[in-house]
Amino acid sequence: MPTPSLEADQLSKTWPDGTAALAGVSLTVAPGETVALVGESGSGKTTLLRMFNRLAEPTAGTVRVEGLSVAEADPIALRRRIGYVPQDGGLLPHWRVERNVELVPRLLGWDAARRRERAREMLELVGLSFAVHAGRYPAELSGGQRQRVSFARALAADPPILLLDEPFGALDTLTRHELYRQFLDLRARLPKTMVLVTHDLGEACRLADRIGVMQRGHLLQLGTAAELRERPADGYVRELLG
Amino acid sequence: MKTPRLLLLLLLLPLPTRAAETGRIVVGSKNFEESRLLAEMFAQLLEERTGLQVERRLGLAGTQICFEALKTGAIDVYPEYTGTGLVSLLGEKAGGDATVTLRRVRSEFLARWDLWWLAPLGFENSWEIAVSAELAEREKLRTISDLARISGRLRGGFGHEFVGREDGLRGLERIYGLRFASVQPLQQALQYQAAGDRRIDAMDAYTTDARLLRHRLVVLEDDKGFFPPYDAVPLVSGATLAKHPEVGAVLGLLAGAFDEDRMRALNFRLQEKGESEMVVARDALRELGLSNKEGEGGEPESARPAGGLLETFQAERHAIARRTGEHLALSALALLLGLLVAVPVGLWLERHRRGAETVIRLLGLLQTVPSLALLAFFVPFLGIGIVPALVALWLYSLFPIVRNTYTGVRDADPRAVEAATALGMTPGQVLRLVRLPLAAPILLAGIRTAAVLTVGTATLAAFIGAGGLGEPIVTGLQLADTNLILSGALPAAALALVVDGVLGWVERALRPAGLDIRR
Repeated sequence: MPTPSLEADQLSKTWPDGTAALAGVSLTVAPGETVALVGESGSGKTTLLRMFNRLAEPTAGTVRVEGLSVAEADPIALRRRIGYVPQDGGLLPHWRVERNVELVPRLLGWDAARRRERAREMLELVGLSFAVHAGRYPAELSGGQRQRVSFARALAADPPILLLDEPFGALDTLTRHELYRQFLDLRARLPKTMVLVTHDLGEACRLADRIGVMQRGHLLQLGTAAELRERPADGYVRELLG
Repeated sequence: MKTPRLLLLLLLLPLPTRAAETGRIVVGSKNFEESRLLAEMFAQLLEERTGLQVERRLGLAGTQICFEALKTGAIDVYPEYTGTGLVSLLGEKAGGDATVTLRRVRSEFLARWDLWWLAPLGFENSWEIAVSAELAEREKLRTISDLARISGRLRGGFGHEFVGREDGLRGLERIYGLRFASVQPLQQALQYQAAGDRRIDAMDAYTTDARLLRHRLVVLEDDKGFFPPYDAVPLVSGATLAKHPEVGAVLGLLAGAFDEDRMRALNFRLQEKGESEMVVARDALRELGLSNKEGEGGEPESARPAGGLLETFQAERHAIARRTGEHLALSALALLLGLLVAVPVGLWLERHRRGAETVIRLLGLLQTVPSLALLAFFVPFLGIGIVPALVALWLYSLFPIVRNTYTGVRDADPRAVEAATALGMTPGQVLRLVRLPLAAPILLAGIRTAAVLTVGTATLAAFIGAGGLGEPIVTGLQLADTNLILSGALPAAALALVVDGVLGWVERALRPAGLDIRR
């Protein structure tokens, strides 16, 4: 068995006020696999996601990325090897599209020509025209376009892992379905390990290989859509898939 | 004429010893004509009779500031009155005649602060209570006791210092049982106007003030001997006398040189004819046979022109340019120091949120301290002139910059900040590349507020001798000379507008593109 891309081992996190955000969650994601985390807000899915790139620290337990404990890794170097797409794109409003896409390559010290070439490639990959969009500011784009730029930015330095925090959450239905198609297309072409946080079970079933259902800091069940449907671990999962 | 002789003098002097140490002496005065005139005479006499370089700090705001300045060595000498020394500075009760009073202040000032009261100048400038001639006639007023009888029907208008001093209104009320229907604190020049227009019935005045005559005011006899004797005397610091003993000798030439009538005549030229103290002082010294300088025009900037606003501006143009320069330099330096401290403090507070609101509230509290009070507050520690003004202006500039840095950086688009962190920017990169650019519009607005505030407040710095465009305002208020006031106020207002305009432009230029786009 190859080394898992991502491993969560008995992760717990307790907020200062005593409530548990995570209570002993374990999970492994294989290379090239897409796992969706679904659950209501406050279920701990985002907290779990943020532990993979050390935006959040567990109170107990271990996170490993490509076999190495992240607690011992330099968080800055770690994050530069992991792509990240938040709900609203998180583009820097004072930077043009091209510069946004070049963010991580720039941090890694790539030269200008290589950065520009890469930005062009990435924008075309997500279905935007470099000539038209590279010089625009985020505020000059539609919500869907911003999200595409955010994907292009996350992919720019070719990271093996992508963390996606409700990346389609703020889009209208039409745009969302168009981006689903694009996402599946990308997935087929680029072998990335991905964790997708969403509150939309349909989206999870459509986009992910396996689905983890979370509730109040616990991972209730982890399996394919079919497994979840056939053998729900408990009433909550059954009801969710109902 | 003046220059060649000065050059000759310089050539003849044994230069090294003269230039050794600080061959410089600072003459101060309070902010009314007589004090300025006496100080100007001291200055001219010292210039002519010693090799010292004389610097003038005329028009300091009141007794306390002059006294503190003398104690701290910011000035070396200023004209003071024995009664003021006794009651105001020593906090003792009036009592005894002129000789007793002088003896008392002399021994106490020497013992406590090593400050020397030299020989009295020969005239007394006491406080008096003045009423209009008609009122005195109608009500048969001759003494302050007579006034007390009817004071319940009268409106008082008194100088700010008089209202606050124990040897002023407070003591007077107690001793004579005065109870005015209303008491209005007024600038001295305005008192005369108000009394002249009969909008106030009683006021405090100085014995030697020439304006009593013009406004047909009469002084009432101090029948209970409340006011102490106020002999005018040069007050010098012992340290100065030790270093430059000739100062004591030269100022001794003025011992007994004036009586009340002569002083009133000199004040008349300042107050009523609008001559400059420079010219009047020179004439007075010549009359006394103490100066043989030719009376050929003073320096252009101090001659007060009669006529309209345009003439004033024309005559004052060099002075206005110089003061604008001073004003701008003072404000710019204060603002620069403010920036150097306030931006890092704002950033630090943003990282350590817990104490932030408290610190910002405290700085905000500082803004509510009246500017003049804040300026005066530093005089005992820092003396007078540029330094205390700079400190006060600097303190004022902190709040808008700290607050806006803090809120600007704190409220910088949190999603952009998080994404930048998540993609591997170091905290320093996040600050430099994301938070500061996003905070720039708010931060720059704070700097702009601070700049305009500083330029405005800097006019008050003249009260503690820091120069700038406040100078003619302070003098103009004293002389009720509207044109002179405007020659400071208009350039100051223009300067504030220009600074606001320039920084507004900078604000737009530095505002990151991409933030203004509306879809």
